[in-house]
Amino acid sequence: MNQPTIARRDLLKGTAALVVAVTVPAISLLTTARAKTIHVARTLNPAQLDTWLAIAADGTITGYWGKMDMGQGVDTAIAQIIAEELDVDVDNVNIIAADSALCADQGGASGSSGVNRSGAAFRAAAAEARLVLVEKASAEFAVPMDKLEVADGVVRVTGDASRSVSYAELVADRMFDSPITWNGEYGNGLSLVTRAKPKDPKDYTVVGTSVRRKDIAGKILATTEFLHDVRVPGMLHGRVVRPSVAGATVASVDRTSISGIPNVQVIVENDFVGVVATKEWDAIQAAKKLEVKWDESDVGFPTTSDELFDWIRAATPGKSEIDEDIGDVDAAIAGSAKTITAEFEWPFQSHARMAGAASVADVRNGEAIVWTDSQKPYDTGKGAKKLLETPIGNRRRGGAKYTVRSIWKPGPGSYGRSDAGDGAMDAVLLSEAVGAPVRVQWMRHEGHAWDPKGPASVITCRAGLDDAGEVIGYHFHVKGFSRADMNSRENDPSEVLAGHLVGHASTPAWRMQTPAESYRFDNKRYSWDALRPLRKQASPLRTAHFRDPYGPEVHFASESFIDELAYASGKDPLAFRLARVTDERDAAVLEAAAELARWEPHTGPRKRRDANGTMIGQGIAYAQRNGSVNALVAEVEVNPESGRIWVRRMYVGADYGLIINPFTLDRTIEGNLLQATSRTLFEEVKFDRNMVTSDDWLSYPILEVADAPLEIKIKQINRPELGARGAGEPTTRIVPAAIANAFFDATGVRLYRVPFTPERVLAALQS
Amino acid sequence: MDRNFTINVDGRDHTIRVDPRMPLLYALRNELGKKGPKFGCGLAQCGACTVILDGVAIRSCVMPIAAVNGKVRTLDGLSEDGRPHPVQQAFIDEEAGQCEYCIGGWIMTATAFLEKNPNRSDEEIRAALAGLKCRCGTHMSILRAIRRAADEMAS
Repeated sequence: MNQPTIARRDLLKGTAALVVAVTVPAISLLTTARAKTIHVARTLNPAQLDTWLAIAADGTITGYWGKMDMGQGVDTAIAQIIAEELDVDVDNVNIIAADSALCADQGGASGSSGVNRSGAAFRAAAAEARLVLVEKASAEFAVPMDKLEVADGVVRVTGDASRSVSYAELVADRMFDSPITWNGEYGNGLSLVTRAKPKDPKDYTVVGTSVRRKDIAGKILATTEFLHDVRVPGMLHGRVVRPSVAGATVASVDRTSISGIPNVQVIVENDFVGVVATKEWDAIQAAKKLEVKWDESDVGFPTTSDELFDWIRAATPGKSEIDEDIGDVDAAIAGSAKTITAEFEWPFQSHARMAGAASVADVRNGEAIVWTDSQKPYDTGKGAKKLLETPIGNRRRGGAKYTVRSIWKPGPGSYGRSDAGDGAMDAVLLSEAVGAPVRVQWMRHEGHAWDPKGPASVITCRAGLDDAGEVIGYHFHVKGFSRADMNSRENDPSEVLAGHLVGHASTPAWRMQTPAESYRFDNKRYSWDALRPLRKQASPLRTAHFRDPYGPEVHFASESFIDELAYASGKDPLAFRLARVTDERDAAVLEAAAELARWEPHTGPRKRRDANGTMIGQGIAYAQRNGSVNALVAEVEVNPESGRIWVRRMYVGADYGLIINPFTLDRTIEGNLLQATSRTLFEEVKFDRNMVTSDDWLSYPILEVADAPLEIKIKQINRPELGARGAGEPTTRIVPAAIANAFFDATGVRLYRVPFTPERVLAALQS
Repeated sequence: MDRNFTINVDGRDHTIRVDPRMPLLYALRNELGKKGPKFGCGLAQCGACTVILDGVAIRSCVMPIAAVNGKVRTLDGLSEDGRPHPVQQAFIDEEAGQCEYCIGGWIMTATAFLEKNPNRSDEEIRAALAGLKCRCGTHMSILRAIRRAADEMAS
């Protein structure tokens, strides 16, 4: 650990003045993480500029950011925005992320909002700070502000080289002590209003340039402390014992079954069973060997992964709604010359992070510190506090009050409501029980089988065409599991696995999604049916946000179906879309992707073959997302012998508003494309009547390097006037349909069920 | 029963007292404080724990400490005299990876492969990386980095 030893009391309050030395060899100062950061003791108050920015004596600027980066360079983008508005070198800007004692709650990583929401707040804060500093200089020199100029963190009197003062001299570890207006809303929606006018985007010199990711060198050189490297004095190792059948409850625990393992404690609370040992290896052995007798009188699921879609079709919805209803769809389709109907199926999918949940918690004497890699660390803290304070079962939790600090540390990539928050609560319960800091690491089977899942669905599309082949009515209907059996934030014991196990009732919410596009149809309806969870309490199939929640699912169906409609009306799929979209940004990304792909118009599947008999096809798809829009042309090859689909080339037109960092944006798009390709081709949670059975990388395969494309080309369309609109997820939703449409072009056959495994491809080709 | 073992890691001998069946990974992380090798699966299915043992990339999560006989290199010890290994430098230059949790596996596998012979075709590189997992889907940047490292090491 690089940090000096800090007393636990100071750590809890976060008020210790820390000096963090970033140990990166000088040779690799491609990284912009420079030497020193001063955490100034201060009270967190969004209405104070000091909450957002600090300037140290050496001129280093620190941004205290209530979100975090998941590897897409968002912290670097925030540093760019701060450097831009303050007129300082971006290398001198450090970002402290998501520590509840140091940074105001800006909602954590959520909804691709890192740049567009929190970036706007820091733009305001930095512009305000610059104004305050120039005002100070103006007073010091007794010169009007319009006679001052700023460059590289130094304020100069125009035309008088002898009179200058640096930001550091103006503030120098003292506080700004200056108010700033905020909207009073914590979380993603937190916004700041500056007296100063932020820069005009046309004057940007740092924003829009490819500043290199600040975090990367430390991670490549193994000097960065991940969550998994956190070690605190007296720390013990914990593991949770899971039943082999979903819903099993504890009948009895035989503690003597692990008497041969040294220094192990067994913790049982209602249906939560854990072990804590001095050595990690002993905890692993103890969790394996502990004999638990489970009550299996009410267990399992009402269906299996093999029968799932028929079960969904037959199920009674818990809630139904219509999101959009234009004209009279039913009458239009009833009166049409030709009707087309299609059904699309999407399975449960697992976040399947590189490692299952991990956390360190230190719960003692009414104080709790939780180290977590959760995307919602502020909510981890709130959830931990409620879990510790709320009376439940036969334990006397009531009355105790806890001061909680949650500290975010980087972990394996997280793409929504992963298992991170669940692991943190496991650590909290175990630490509370043993009165010492406990580190928890979920094993592989837990990460796959017990993490929250992306929801399964059946989507029905139907349309009517008139005599001329024009589409006169279109109805899209998704029936599936809610995207929010578990909230996207673990701010309550009812929203975490450990909470369920100690007796808090699950509180599923109804949240669905319909397509986001600008197609004009005279008669159009988008509707949904949400289903109750297959198991309500402590379920391995509880659904929650998984990257671009319901985005790939609904756009797989809608953009596949639009292709069917294009061909049915005798149109080229690109031309059909261009004729129907009503937003010129949408047309621009479609045209950009098509141009990169050298798209050739066609009105039916071309079924091209190369010399080896490999089938080749191109497919297109597009979608909007929260003010962003993008289009993709995928080029696939299909091996008719093996059934393997290989996405060889991908061409993207991307418009996410203002571009902050083109280099990193390309990589963010690439990650979206490959992860979504993986979900489309390979990923399906398997389960039988008892339990999830896909619980490792063999039973839940993902894309490997052999399946990576040969080439990805991206055209970024910069729209500074719109501000940054979010790039973390939009590309994910256009991948499945682009691949399915390319497969159709190659083979003349449509794929309606994800994933497109070789077995399903061969079956489709033979039918 | 715990026993004493002396293992050579990143050029230094370390004597530790552990269960002979305990995988090398836990010794590297918990006894030696290494950060590069990561726990991902404990099943040799993902590669996040990869280290180089006498020139061969191995999965330290399934290698019992009692079976370790040779010199171990980890991501932590790959740079020399403060200079990143050419493979590390290429990963930095290409900004390969995203969350970087898996990245040590790719770097160590590529290092062992390229140090034997850096003159490798793209197809050979892809074949050598089979089995490694990256959940963020950053395979394109990883391939660019390894191509860059191979060219650098071959020149």
